[in-house]
Amino acid sequence: MKHTSHFMGLLLLPAGVLVLAFFALPMVKLIVTGASGEEGLAAYWSILTVERHREALIATLLLSALVTLVALIISTIVGVFLVRNRFPGSQILVSLLTFPLAFPGVVIGFLIIMLAGRQGLIGMVSQTLTGSKLVFAYSMTGLFLGYLYFSIPRVILTVMAAAEKLDVSLEEAARSLGASQWRVITDVLLPALKPGLIASGAICFATSVGAFGTAFTLATNIDVLAMTIYTEFTLGANLASAASLSVVLGLITWAALSIARSLSGSNVAAAG
Amino acid sequence: MQRRTYFYAALMLTLVTVGFLVVPVVMSVMAGLTKNFFVGLKSGLTLEWVFRVWELYQDTIWRSMGIALACLAITLIAGVPAAYGLALSKSRWARIFEETLILPVAVPGLAIALALIQTYGGFREFRMSWAFILVGHVLYTLPFMVRSVLAVLSSIPLNEYEEAAASLGANKRRRFFDIVVPNAMPGIMAGSLMVVTLSIGEFNLSWMLHTPLTKTLPVGLADSYASMRLEVASAYTLVFFIMIVPLLIAMQKFGQTGTARKPTQH
Repeated sequence: MKHTSHFMGLLLLPAGVLVLAFFALPMVKLIVTGASGEEGLAAYWSILTVERHREALIATLLLSALVTLVALIISTIVGVFLVRNRFPGSQILVSLLTFPLAFPGVVIGFLIIMLAGRQGLIGMVSQTLTGSKLVFAYSMTGLFLGYLYFSIPRVILTVMAAAEKLDVSLEEAARSLGASQWRVITDVLLPALKPGLIASGAICFATSVGAFGTAFTLATNIDVLAMTIYTEFTLGANLASAASLSVVLGLITWAALSIARSLSGSNVAAAG
Repeated sequence: MQRRTYFYAALMLTLVTVGFLVVPVVMSVMAGLTKNFFVGLKSGLTLEWVFRVWELYQDTIWRSMGIALACLAITLIAGVPAAYGLALSKSRWARIFEETLILPVAVPGLAIALALIQTYGGFREFRMSWAFILVGHVLYTLPFMVRSVLAVLSSIPLNEYEEAAASLGANKRRRFFDIVVPNAMPGIMAGSLMVVTLSIGEFNLSWMLHTPLTKTLPVGLADSYASMRLEVASAYTLVFFIMIVPLLIAMQKFGQTGTARKPTQH
Protein backbone atom coordinates (compact mmCIF):
# COMPACT_ATOMS: atom_id res chain seq x y z
CA MET A 1 0.00 0.00 0.00
CA LYS A 2 1.51 3.31 -1.08
CA HIS A 3 1.00 6.31 1.15
CA THR A 4 1.88 9.84 0.22
CA SER A 5 4.39 11.63 2.42
CA HIS A 6 1.67 14.24 2.89
CA PHE A 7 -0.52 11.63 4.57
CA MET A 8 2.41 10.36 6.66
CA GLY A 9 3.14 13.89 7.81
CA LEU A 10 -0.46 14.30 8.87
CA LEU A 11 -0.31 11.14 10.97
CA LEU A 12 2.91 12.11 12.72
CA LEU A 13 2.14 15.83 13.05
CA PRO A 14 0.34 15.96 16.45
CA ALA A 15 2.89 13.81 18.26
CA GLY A 16 5.74 15.55 16.45
CA VAL A 17 4.57 19.03 17.48
CA LEU A 18 4.16 17.94 21.11
CA VAL A 19 7.59 16.39 21.37
CA LEU A 20 9.30 19.21 19.51
CA ALA A 21 7.69 22.05 21.47
CA PHE A 22 7.62 20.51 24.92
CA PHE A 23 10.60 18.18 24.92
CA ALA A 24 13.24 18.85 22.26
CA LEU A 25 13.18 22.64 22.50
CA PRO A 26 13.14 22.76 26.35
CA MET A 27 15.95 20.18 26.52
CA VAL A 28 18.13 22.30 24.24
CA LYS A 29 17.33 25.28 26.43
CA LEU A 30 18.29 23.23 29.51
CA ILE A 31 21.65 22.30 28.00
CA VAL A 32 22.32 25.95 27.12
CA THR A 33 21.28 27.10 30.60
CA GLY A 34 23.64 24.55 32.10
CA ALA A 35 26.50 26.47 30.54
CA SER A 36 25.12 29.94 31.31
CA GLY A 37 26.46 30.25 34.86
CA GLU A 38 29.61 32.05 35.97
CA GLU A 39 31.81 29.09 35.05
CA GLY A 40 30.24 28.66 31.61
CA LEU A 41 30.74 25.28 30.00
CA ALA A 42 32.92 24.25 32.94
CA ALA A 43 29.70 23.86 34.94
CA TYR A 44 29.40 20.46 33.28
CA TRP A 45 32.59 19.40 35.04
CA SER A 46 31.30 20.63 38.40
CA ILE A 47 29.83 17.20 38.96
CA LEU A 48 33.42 15.97 39.25
CA THR A 49 35.20 19.06 40.60
CA VAL A 50 32.77 20.35 43.24
CA GLU A 51 33.15 18.00 46.18
CA ARG A 52 29.47 17.98 47.21
CA HIS A 53 28.36 17.16 43.67
CA ARG A 54 31.01 14.50 43.23
CA GLU A 55 30.02 12.83 46.49
CA ALA A 56 26.35 12.88 45.48
CA LEU A 57 27.25 11.32 42.13
CA ILE A 58 29.31 8.57 43.76
CA ALA A 59 26.62 7.89 46.38
CA THR A 60 23.94 7.71 43.67
CA LEU A 61 25.94 5.34 41.46
CA LEU A 62 26.94 3.07 44.36
CA LEU A 63 23.44 2.95 45.79
CA SER A 64 21.92 2.21 42.38
CA ALA A 65 24.49 -0.48 41.61
CA LEU A 66 23.89 -2.17 44.96
CA VAL A 67 20.10 -1.99 44.55
CA THR A 68 20.43 -3.48 41.06
CA LEU A 69 22.63 -6.33 42.28
CA VAL A 70 20.40 -7.26 45.24
CA ALA A 71 17.20 -6.89 43.18
CA LEU A 72 18.65 -9.18 40.51
CA ILE A 73 19.68 -11.85 43.02
CA ILE A 74 16.34 -11.87 44.87
CA SER A 75 14.23 -11.63 41.71
CA THR A 76 16.11 -14.38 39.90
CA ILE A 77 15.69 -16.84 42.74
CA VAL A 78 12.05 -15.93 43.38
CA GLY A 79 11.14 -15.61 39.69
CA VAL A 80 12.62 -18.96 38.62
CA PHE A 81 11.14 -20.60 41.72
CA LEU A 82 7.65 -19.37 40.90
CA VAL A 83 7.88 -20.39 37.25
CA ARG A 84 9.12 -23.90 38.10
CA ASN A 85 6.90 -24.64 41.08
CA ARG A 86 3.13 -24.37 40.81
CA PHE A 87 1.39 -24.94 44.11
CA PRO A 88 -1.89 -23.76 45.64
CA GLY A 89 -1.54 -20.01 46.12
CA SER A 90 1.50 -19.56 43.87
CA GLN A 91 -0.52 -17.47 41.43
CA ILE A 92 -1.55 -15.19 44.30
CA LEU A 93 2.11 -14.79 45.27
CA VAL A 94 2.89 -13.72 41.68
CA SER A 95 0.10 -11.12 41.79
CA LEU A 96 1.25 -9.81 45.17
CA LEU A 97 4.83 -9.52 43.92
CA THR A 98 3.88 -7.53 40.83
CA PHE A 99 1.10 -5.24 42.04
CA PRO A 100 3.42 -2.52 43.47
CA LEU A 101 4.64 -2.01 39.88
CA ALA A 102 3.01 1.38 39.43
CA PHE A 103 3.27 2.78 42.96
CA PRO A 104 4.81 6.23 42.76
CA GLY A 105 8.11 6.88 44.55
CA VAL A 106 6.50 9.10 47.21
CA VAL A 107 4.13 6.34 48.27
CA ILE A 108 7.00 3.85 48.42
CA GLY A 109 8.88 6.28 50.65
CA PHE A 110 5.89 6.36 52.97
CA LEU A 111 5.67 2.55 52.99
CA ILE A 112 9.32 2.41 54.06
CA ILE A 113 8.47 4.84 56.89
CA MET A 114 5.68 2.42 57.85
CA LEU A 115 8.27 -0.35 57.97
CA ALA A 116 11.32 1.31 59.49
CA GLY A 117 10.24 4.81 60.56
CA ARG A 118 9.69 6.31 64.01
CA GLN A 119 6.33 4.56 64.42
CA GLY A 120 7.26 1.71 62.11
CA LEU A 121 6.94 -2.05 62.47
CA ILE A 122 10.66 -2.77 62.87
CA GLY A 123 10.95 -0.09 65.55
CA MET A 124 8.03 -1.55 67.50
CA VAL A 125 9.29 -5.13 67.25
CA SER A 126 12.86 -4.20 68.20
CA GLN A 127 11.61 -2.15 71.15
CA THR A 128 9.68 -5.09 72.61
CA LEU A 129 12.56 -7.49 71.97
CA THR A 130 15.62 -5.48 72.93
CA GLY A 131 14.26 -2.32 74.54
CA SER A 132 15.83 0.01 71.98
CA LYS A 133 14.01 1.32 68.95
CA LEU A 134 15.52 0.51 65.57
CA VAL A 135 14.81 3.35 63.13
CA PHE A 136 16.58 3.56 59.77
CA ALA A 137 13.98 4.76 57.28
CA TYR A 138 15.45 8.26 57.05
CA SER A 139 18.96 7.15 56.06
CA MET A 140 20.76 5.60 53.12
CA THR A 141 19.52 2.19 54.35
CA GLY A 142 15.92 3.39 54.11
CA LEU A 143 16.58 4.69 50.62
CA PHE A 144 18.12 1.35 49.67
CA LEU A 145 14.98 -0.48 50.87
CA GLY A 146 12.75 1.96 48.99
CA TYR A 147 14.62 1.52 45.72
CA LEU A 148 14.59 -2.24 46.25
CA TYR A 149 10.82 -2.03 46.75
CA PHE A 150 10.16 -0.54 43.34
CA SER A 151 12.85 -2.60 41.57
CA ILE A 152 11.84 -6.10 42.65
CA PRO A 153 8.39 -6.30 40.95
CA ARG A 154 9.80 -5.11 37.65
CA VAL A 155 12.83 -7.41 37.61
CA ILE A 156 10.73 -10.40 38.72
CA LEU A 157 8.39 -9.88 35.74
CA THR A 158 11.31 -9.91 33.30
CA VAL A 159 12.93 -12.93 34.94
CA MET A 160 9.67 -14.87 34.91
CA ALA A 161 9.10 -14.06 31.23
CA ALA A 162 12.62 -15.28 30.41
CA ALA A 163 12.40 -18.35 32.66
CA GLU A 164 9.19 -19.49 30.99
CA LYS A 165 11.03 -19.78 27.67
CA LEU A 166 13.86 -21.90 29.12
CA ASP A 167 14.34 -25.45 27.95
CA VAL A 168 14.08 -27.63 31.07
CA SER A 169 15.45 -30.66 29.23
CA LEU A 170 18.90 -28.99 29.12
CA GLU A 171 18.95 -28.94 32.90
CA GLU A 172 17.72 -32.51 33.07
CA ALA A 173 20.53 -33.50 30.71
CA ALA A 174 23.15 -31.74 32.83
CA ARG A 175 21.76 -33.40 35.93
CA SER A 176 21.72 -36.87 34.37
CA LEU A 177 25.38 -36.35 33.47
CA GLY A 178 26.07 -35.89 37.16
CA ALA A 179 26.12 -32.10 37.54
CA SER A 180 25.24 -30.88 41.03
CA GLN A 181 22.29 -28.53 41.52
CA TRP A 182 24.75 -25.66 41.95
CA ARG A 183 26.56 -26.48 38.69
CA VAL A 184 23.21 -26.67 36.88
CA ILE A 185 22.39 -23.18 38.15
CA THR A 186 25.74 -21.57 37.31
CA ASP A 187 26.44 -23.39 34.03
CA VAL A 188 23.00 -23.87 32.48
CA LEU A 189 20.35 -21.67 34.09
CA LEU A 190 22.20 -18.37 34.58
CA PRO A 191 23.83 -18.22 31.11
CA ALA A 192 20.38 -18.76 29.57
CA LEU A 193 18.87 -15.96 31.65
CA LYS A 194 21.80 -13.59 31.15
CA PRO A 195 20.46 -11.29 28.37
CA GLY A 196 17.23 -10.72 30.25
CA LEU A 197 19.08 -10.14 33.51
CA ILE A 198 21.43 -7.55 31.99
CA ALA A 199 18.54 -5.75 30.30
CA SER A 200 16.35 -5.58 33.40
CA GLY A 201 19.41 -4.75 35.51
CA ALA A 202 20.12 -1.75 33.30
CA ILE A 203 16.50 -0.57 33.57
CA CYS A 204 16.64 -1.03 37.33
CA PHE A 205 19.88 0.96 37.51
CA ALA A 206 18.55 3.81 35.38
CA THR A 207 15.36 4.02 37.42
CA SER A 208 17.30 4.14 40.68
CA VAL A 209 19.67 6.85 39.41
CA GLY A 210 16.77 9.05 38.31
CA ALA A 211 14.46 8.34 41.26
CA PHE A 212 13.32 11.39 43.19
CA GLY A 213 10.02 10.78 44.99
CA THR A 214 11.30 8.15 47.42
CA ALA A 215 14.30 10.23 48.51
CA PHE A 216 12.06 13.28 48.76
CA THR A 217 9.70 11.54 51.19
CA LEU A 218 12.38 9.87 53.29
CA ALA A 219 14.77 12.71 53.92
CA THR A 220 15.88 15.95 52.40
CA ASN A 221 19.42 15.60 53.77
CA ILE A 222 20.36 12.40 51.93
CA ASP A 223 22.65 13.52 49.15
CA VAL A 224 21.72 11.59 46.05
CA LEU A 225 21.97 13.38 42.72
CA ALA A 226 18.22 13.98 42.33
CA MET A 227 18.06 15.61 45.77
CA THR A 228 21.15 17.73 45.03
CA ILE A 229 19.52 19.04 41.86
CA TYR A 230 16.33 19.79 43.74
CA THR A 231 18.16 21.70 46.50
CA GLU A 232 20.27 23.63 44.00
CA PHE A 233 17.08 24.66 42.23
CA THR A 234 14.84 25.52 45.18
CA LEU A 235 17.12 26.59 48.01
CA GLY A 236 20.20 27.75 46.14
CA ALA A 237 18.21 29.16 43.21
CA ASN A 238 21.27 28.09 41.26
CA LEU A 239 19.63 27.46 37.92
CA ALA A 240 22.78 26.84 35.88
CA SER A 241 24.08 24.28 38.33
CA ALA A 242 20.72 22.49 38.61
CA ALA A 243 20.45 22.46 34.82
CA SER A 244 23.95 21.09 34.19
CA LEU A 245 23.52 18.40 36.86
CA SER A 246 20.19 17.27 35.45
CA VAL A 247 21.66 17.07 31.95
CA VAL A 248 24.37 14.76 33.33
CA LEU A 249 21.73 12.77 35.22
CA GLY A 250 19.68 12.43 32.03
CA LEU A 251 22.75 11.24 30.10
CA ILE A 252 23.46 8.53 32.68
CA THR A 253 19.90 7.16 32.66
CA TRP A 254 19.65 7.41 28.88
CA ALA A 255 22.93 5.50 28.44
CA ALA A 256 21.83 2.75 30.83
CA LEU A 257 18.47 2.41 29.08
CA SER A 258 20.12 2.30 25.65
CA ILE A 259 22.12 -0.69 26.83
CA ALA A 260 18.93 -2.35 28.01
CA ARG A 261 17.14 -1.66 24.74
CA SER A 262 19.94 -2.83 22.48
CA LEU A 263 20.23 -6.05 24.49
CA SER A 264 16.54 -6.83 24.60
CA GLY A 265 16.42 -5.91 20.91
CA SER A 266 19.06 -8.48 19.95
CA ASN A 267 17.34 -10.91 22.27
CA VAL A 268 14.07 -10.59 20.37
CA ALA A 269 15.84 -11.00 17.04
CA ALA A 270 17.60 -14.14 18.26
CA ALA A 271 14.32 -15.61 19.46
CA GLY A 272 12.53 -14.78 16.19
CA MET B 1 17.29 -34.42 49.21
CA GLN B 2 19.45 -31.58 47.93
CA ARG B 3 16.60 -30.37 45.71
CA ARG B 4 14.21 -30.28 48.70
CA THR B 5 16.59 -27.95 50.52
CA TYR B 6 16.75 -25.63 47.51
CA PHE B 7 12.96 -25.71 47.29
CA TYR B 8 12.39 -24.65 50.88
CA ALA B 9 15.15 -22.03 50.83
CA ALA B 10 13.63 -20.47 47.69
CA LEU B 11 10.14 -20.67 49.16
CA MET B 12 11.34 -18.86 52.29
CA LEU B 13 12.95 -16.11 50.25
CA THR B 14 9.77 -15.76 48.18
CA LEU B 15 7.62 -15.41 51.28
CA VAL B 16 10.00 -12.88 52.85
CA THR B 17 9.95 -10.83 49.64
CA VAL B 18 6.16 -10.93 49.47
CA GLY B 19 6.08 -9.86 53.12
CA PHE B 20 8.45 -6.98 52.43
CA LEU B 21 6.16 -5.71 49.67
CA VAL B 22 2.78 -6.41 51.29
CA VAL B 23 3.23 -5.81 55.03
CA PRO B 24 3.82 -2.03 54.79
CA VAL B 25 0.77 -1.70 52.52
CA VAL B 26 -1.40 -3.56 55.04
CA MET B 27 0.03 -1.45 57.88
CA SER B 28 -0.67 1.74 55.98
CA VAL B 29 -4.27 0.68 55.28
CA MET B 30 -4.77 -0.24 58.95
CA ALA B 31 -3.26 3.04 60.14
CA GLY B 32 -5.69 4.95 57.96
CA LEU B 33 -8.64 3.17 59.56
CA THR B 34 -7.50 3.09 63.22
CA LYS B 35 -8.47 5.76 65.78
CA ASN B 36 -4.96 5.98 67.14
CA PHE B 37 -2.26 4.03 65.34
CA PHE B 38 0.21 4.39 68.19
CA VAL B 39 -2.21 2.75 70.62
CA GLY B 40 -3.11 0.12 68.05
CA LEU B 41 -6.26 -1.64 66.91
CA LYS B 42 -7.73 -1.66 70.43
CA SER B 43 -8.33 2.09 70.10
CA GLY B 44 -11.01 1.12 67.57
CA LEU B 45 -11.68 1.46 63.86
CA THR B 46 -12.87 4.69 62.31
CA LEU B 47 -13.54 6.40 59.00
CA GLU B 48 -12.79 9.76 60.60
CA TRP B 49 -9.39 10.09 58.89
CA VAL B 50 -10.80 9.20 55.48
CA PHE B 51 -13.45 11.93 55.89
CA ARG B 52 -10.75 14.37 57.00
CA VAL B 53 -8.76 13.58 53.85
CA TRP B 54 -11.86 14.09 51.73
CA GLU B 55 -12.37 17.47 53.39
CA LEU B 56 -8.77 18.61 53.06
CA TYR B 57 -7.67 17.10 49.78
CA GLN B 58 -10.67 16.24 47.60
CA ASP B 59 -9.70 18.94 45.11
CA THR B 60 -6.43 17.07 44.43
CA ILE B 61 -8.38 13.88 43.72
CA TRP B 62 -10.67 15.57 41.19
CA ARG B 63 -7.75 17.41 39.62
CA SER B 64 -5.72 14.22 39.22
CA MET B 65 -8.68 12.48 37.58
CA GLY B 66 -9.20 15.43 35.26
CA ILE B 67 -5.56 15.59 34.27
CA ALA B 68 -5.46 11.81 33.72
CA LEU B 69 -8.50 11.94 31.41
CA ALA B 70 -7.21 14.97 29.51
CA CYS B 71 -3.86 13.22 29.22
CA LEU B 72 -5.60 10.12 27.87
CA ALA B 73 -7.50 12.19 25.27
CA ILE B 74 -4.32 13.88 24.04
CA THR B 75 -2.24 10.69 23.95
CA LEU B 76 -5.04 8.98 21.98
CA ILE B 77 -5.31 11.81 19.46
CA ALA B 78 -1.55 12.15 19.04
CA GLY B 79 -0.40 8.61 19.81
CA VAL B 80 -2.67 6.34 17.76
CA PRO B 81 -2.08 8.11 14.41
CA ALA B 82 1.65 8.30 15.19
CA ALA B 83 1.79 4.55 15.90
CA TYR B 84 -0.09 3.94 12.65
CA GLY B 85 2.37 6.10 10.73
CA LEU B 86 5.33 4.35 12.33
CA ALA B 87 3.84 0.92 11.54
CA LEU B 88 3.42 1.88 7.86
CA SER B 89 6.82 3.41 7.30
CA LYS B 90 10.03 1.44 7.20
CA SER B 91 12.19 4.52 6.52
CA ARG B 92 15.15 5.59 8.62
CA TRP B 93 13.43 8.87 9.43
CA ALA B 94 10.51 7.01 10.96
CA ARG B 95 12.90 5.11 13.25
CA ILE B 96 14.60 8.36 14.30
CA PHE B 97 11.17 9.86 14.97
CA GLU B 98 10.25 6.82 17.07
CA GLU B 99 13.46 7.13 19.10
CA THR B 100 12.81 10.82 19.77
CA LEU B 101 9.24 10.09 20.74
CA ILE B 102 10.19 7.61 23.45
CA LEU B 103 13.18 9.62 24.69
CA PRO B 104 11.21 11.42 27.47
CA VAL B 105 10.88 8.07 29.27
CA ALA B 106 14.66 7.74 29.45
CA VAL B 107 15.19 11.20 30.96
CA PRO B 108 14.38 11.73 34.66
CA GLY B 109 11.22 13.74 35.33
CA LEU B 110 13.25 16.24 37.30
CA ALA B 111 15.29 17.20 34.21
CA ILE B 112 12.22 17.49 31.97
CA ALA B 113 10.45 19.60 34.58
CA LEU B 114 13.41 21.99 34.89
CA ALA B 115 13.56 22.29 31.11
CA LEU B 116 9.83 23.07 30.90
CA ILE B 117 10.03 25.66 33.68
CA GLN B 118 12.91 27.43 31.99
CA THR B 119 11.29 27.48 28.57
CA TYR B 120 7.67 28.18 29.45
CA GLY B 121 7.81 29.39 33.07
CA GLY B 122 7.60 32.98 31.83
CA PHE B 123 4.09 32.48 30.42
CA ARG B 124 2.36 33.18 33.72
CA GLU B 125 -1.18 32.08 32.78
CA PHE B 126 0.16 28.77 31.48
CA ARG B 127 2.60 28.31 34.37
CA MET B 128 -0.17 28.85 36.96
CA SER B 129 -2.69 26.48 35.36
CA TRP B 130 -3.01 22.72 35.58
CA ALA B 131 -2.30 22.59 31.84
CA PHE B 132 1.38 23.01 32.76
CA ILE B 133 1.29 19.73 34.69
CA LEU B 134 -0.74 18.15 31.88
CA VAL B 135 2.02 18.92 29.38
CA GLY B 136 4.53 17.06 31.54
CA HIS B 137 2.21 14.07 31.90
CA VAL B 138 1.56 13.91 28.15
CA LEU B 139 5.30 13.82 27.40
CA TYR B 140 5.85 11.09 29.94
CA THR B 141 2.89 8.88 28.94
CA LEU B 142 2.82 9.34 25.14
CA PRO B 143 5.64 6.80 24.57
CA PHE B 144 3.64 4.12 26.38
CA MET B 145 0.59 4.70 24.18
CA VAL B 146 2.64 4.73 20.98
CA ARG B 147 4.62 1.59 21.85
CA SER B 148 1.56 -0.29 23.01
CA VAL B 149 -0.40 0.45 19.80
CA LEU B 150 2.66 -0.01 17.59
CA ALA B 151 3.33 -3.46 19.10
CA VAL B 152 -0.15 -4.61 18.07
CA LEU B 153 -0.08 -2.99 14.62
CA SER B 154 3.33 -4.51 13.85
CA SER B 155 2.03 -7.99 14.61
CA ILE B 156 -0.83 -7.95 12.06
CA PRO B 157 -0.70 -7.85 8.22
CA LEU B 158 -1.87 -4.24 8.22
CA ASN B 159 -0.93 -3.62 4.59
CA GLU B 160 -3.02 -6.50 3.27
CA TYR B 161 -6.09 -5.44 5.24
CA GLU B 162 -5.72 -1.92 3.95
CA GLU B 163 -5.25 -2.98 0.35
CA ALA B 164 -8.35 -5.13 0.56
CA ALA B 165 -10.32 -2.22 2.00
CA ALA B 166 -8.93 0.21 -0.57
CA SER B 167 -9.83 -2.10 -3.44
CA LEU B 168 -13.40 -2.06 -2.14
CA GLY B 169 -13.34 1.72 -2.34
CA ALA B 170 -12.68 2.73 1.29
CA ASN B 171 -10.89 6.07 1.56
CA LYS B 172 -8.06 6.82 3.99
CA ARG B 173 -10.37 8.15 6.65
CA ARG B 174 -12.61 5.07 6.58
CA ARG B 175 -9.60 2.77 6.53
CA PHE B 176 -8.20 4.44 9.63
CA PHE B 177 -11.43 4.28 11.61
CA ASP B 178 -12.79 0.96 10.29
CA ILE B 179 -9.60 -1.08 9.86
CA VAL B 180 -6.74 0.37 11.87
CA VAL B 181 -8.52 1.42 15.06
CA PRO B 182 -10.53 -1.82 15.59
CA ASN B 183 -7.48 -3.95 14.92
CA ALA B 184 -5.32 -1.87 17.24
CA MET B 185 -7.94 -2.00 20.01
CA PRO B 186 -6.05 -4.36 22.39
CA GLY B 187 -3.04 -2.06 22.18
CA ILE B 188 -5.19 1.05 22.58
CA MET B 189 -6.85 -0.43 25.67
CA ALA B 190 -3.57 -1.51 27.27
CA GLY B 191 -1.99 1.83 26.42
CA SER B 192 -4.95 3.75 27.83
CA LEU B 193 -4.81 1.87 31.13
CA MET B 194 -1.10 2.55 31.30
CA VAL B 195 -1.51 6.27 30.55
CA VAL B 196 -4.23 6.79 33.17
CA THR B 197 -2.37 4.78 35.84
CA LEU B 198 0.91 6.58 35.23
CA SER B 199 -0.71 10.00 35.13
CA ILE B 200 -2.60 9.50 38.40
CA GLY B 201 0.58 8.35 40.16
CA GLU B 202 3.05 10.76 38.55
CA PHE B 203 5.03 12.74 41.14
CA ASN B 204 8.47 13.84 39.91
CA LEU B 205 7.21 16.16 37.18
CA SER B 206 4.07 17.20 39.05
CA TRP B 207 5.99 18.24 42.14
CA MET B 208 8.17 20.63 40.15
CA LEU B 209 5.38 21.91 37.89
CA HIS B 210 2.59 22.42 40.45
CA THR B 211 1.54 25.63 42.16
CA PRO B 212 -0.32 25.84 45.51
CA LEU B 213 -3.53 26.01 43.49
CA THR B 214 -2.79 23.12 41.16
CA LYS B 215 -1.87 20.28 43.52
CA THR B 216 -2.41 16.76 42.20
CA LEU B 217 -3.02 13.66 44.31
CA PRO B 218 0.63 12.55 44.65
CA VAL B 219 1.67 16.15 45.38
CA GLY B 220 -0.97 16.25 48.12
CA LEU B 221 0.33 12.92 49.41
CA ALA B 222 3.88 14.27 49.74
CA ASP B 223 2.39 17.30 51.46
CA SER B 224 0.48 15.15 53.97
CA TYR B 225 3.51 12.91 54.63
CA ALA B 226 5.46 15.98 55.65
CA SER B 227 2.86 17.83 57.67
CA MET B 228 -0.05 15.61 58.76
CA ARG B 229 -0.38 12.98 61.47
CA LEU B 230 0.34 9.43 60.40
CA GLU B 231 -3.34 8.41 60.40
CA VAL B 232 -4.31 11.17 57.95
CA ALA B 233 -1.34 10.41 55.69
CA SER B 234 -2.31 6.73 55.75
CA ALA B 235 -5.97 7.41 55.02
CA TYR B 236 -4.91 9.57 52.07
CA THR B 237 -2.65 6.76 50.83
CA LEU B 238 -5.63 4.41 51.20
CA VAL B 239 -7.71 6.67 48.95
CA PHE B 240 -4.89 6.56 46.42
CA PHE B 241 -4.75 2.74 46.59
CA ILE B 242 -8.51 2.54 46.04
CA MET B 243 -8.10 4.62 42.88
CA ILE B 244 -5.07 2.84 41.51
CA VAL B 245 -5.54 -0.83 42.40
CA PRO B 246 -8.47 -1.50 40.01
CA LEU B 247 -6.32 -0.02 37.22
CA LEU B 248 -3.39 -2.23 38.22
CA ILE B 249 -5.56 -5.35 38.28
CA ALA B 250 -6.93 -4.52 34.84
CA MET B 251 -3.36 -4.00 33.67
CA GLN B 252 -2.27 -7.37 35.03
CA LYS B 253 -5.08 -8.95 32.99
CA PHE B 254 -3.79 -7.21 29.87
CA GLY B 255 -0.21 -7.99 30.89
CA GLN B 256 -0.98 -11.68 30.53
CA THR B 257 -1.75 -11.11 26.87
CA GLY B 258 1.63 -9.46 26.58
CA THR B 259 0.60 -6.03 25.36
CA ALA B 260 1.00 -3.94 28.51
CA ARG B 261 4.31 -2.19 29.02
CA LYS B 262 6.09 -1.44 32.25
CA PRO B 263 6.55 2.04 33.66
CA THR B 264 10.11 3.14 34.16
CA GLN B 265 10.23 6.14 36.44
CA HIS B 266 9.97 6.73 40.12
